[in-house]
Amino acid sequence: MRKIVLPGDLLSTNPKLAGYGTYVEGDKVFARIIGIYEQTDNAIRVIPLKGKYNPSVGDTIIGIVREVVSNGWNVDINSPYQAFLPLSENPEAKPGKKLNEILEIGDAIIAKVMSIDPRMRVTITMKDKVCRAIRFGRIVAINPARVPRVIGKKGSMIKLIKTELDVQIVVGQNGLIWLNGDRKKVAIAEEVVYLIEEEAHTEGLTDRVGEFIRRRKNVQTG
Amino acid sequence: MSRPDKFIVDGRRLDGRLPDQLRPIKIEVDVLKRADGSCYVEMGKNKVVAAVYGPREAFPRHIQDPSKVVVRYRYNMAPFSVEERKRPGPDRRSVEISKVSKEAFEAIIMKELFPRSVIDIFVEVLQADAGSRTACINAASVALVDAGIPVKGMLTSVAVAKVDGTLVLDPMKEEDNFGEADMPFAFLIRGGKIESIALLQMDGRMTREEIKEALNLAKKGAMEIYNLQREAIMKQFVEEEEENA
Repeated sequence: MRKIVLPGDLLSTNPKLAGYGTYVEGDKVFARIIGIYEQTDNAIRVIPLKGKYNPSVGDTIIGIVREVVSNGWNVDINSPYQAFLPLSENPEAKPGKKLNEILEIGDAIIAKVMSIDPRMRVTITMKDKVCRAIRFGRIVAINPARVPRVIGKKGSMIKLIKTELDVQIVVGQNGLIWLNGDRKKVAIAEEVVYLIEEEAHTEGLTDRVGEFIRRRKNVQTG
Repeated sequence: MSRPDKFIVDGRRLDGRLPDQLRPIKIEVDVLKRADGSCYVEMGKNKVVAAVYGPREAFPRHIQDPSKVVVRYRYNMAPFSVEERKRPGPDRRSVEISKVSKEAFEAIIMKELFPRSVIDIFVEVLQADAGSRTACINAASVALVDAGIPVKGMLTSVAVAKVDGTLVLDPMKEEDNFGEADMPFAFLIRGGKIESIALLQMDGRMTREEIKEALNLAKKGAMEIYNLQREAIMKQFVEEEEENA
């Protein structure tokens, strides 16, 4: 079983190893969040088990438009901070087209985090090939701390879901996941996502998920 | 309730405890689904629930701090938590407890990580029986960890009282009401050791030596509570692990 650490647990006395989820005081490294302890040759990390999404540049996220303003859109990205999508960062924008004709309040979008200033004002962009407005499919919300498990090592988990179920899937780093495809298969995919969220801290998850999908498919066909 | 003649008979207290013994403690984590982190604690007859929300966008805007997160702590007693109905709403006492507890938590939360946002900590006392602020701090500390908020360590709180000239750990109602002194502590526990004192209050009088002795007694009690807090948090993961096995 992998080791779960709590904030304040002493992890090391070598400050050079301090990685994500840790802090250094004096020459000691302590955990600062609840998570799974992971040690590699040159770093100690704590992989979070709980917590909100904290935006970082380059993340793919799924957001919901909350406000249309004169020069862009304010977007809820399921984090303590609202993001701003400037008009110039939306390729659908054309002269003479009104902003609320492009994106209206309540519309969901796939976007990327472009920049974050020191006061945590987040700017996002849609100038990327994965980015688009979501007009169909299903959005599933999970705990953002579990997202890495849904993606899997080098995308292994996503690949599994895609090949087994033949659905489109885009995982936002902020815990929102977009699913599209055959309705029955999307329903299974949704269950799978919740299963991964529930058991994110356990080992051998990919195998169990594979088995789960096959079982569910048999139930529907047979 | 009237004043008992003697608080300690044959080395045992009114409820049969030894002077350095805690009341039975029960801690349950993640009891409220809507909250980001939550915890239910029973310390003797105290029953409290803590809920943590955040970090989330701070409203109204003027409370935002551009450099760090704002911490709000609300200690509240239910009208039915005491023998005589308590008028609902904040009063002098609960405002004070909220303030000192908030300051204890501000010292351990890594505030610079979430500028412009707010962390809300709510603790509700369902049943009070002396030392409810210590139970609340213990609950809030577990709820903070459960919410995944970065903190330096865990806060653990316990009180020491003086009755009949003897120091007793974790006083119950009679000892608190009719004792000579009462001293709640909260400690920051890090790396399995008591690192610093985050809260200290006193009611009544104690000598310098008694305070030193009280501190040692409280440290011992706090370590016991800390182990229970840890156990309660770990339990949720162990159970899931077993289900899958």
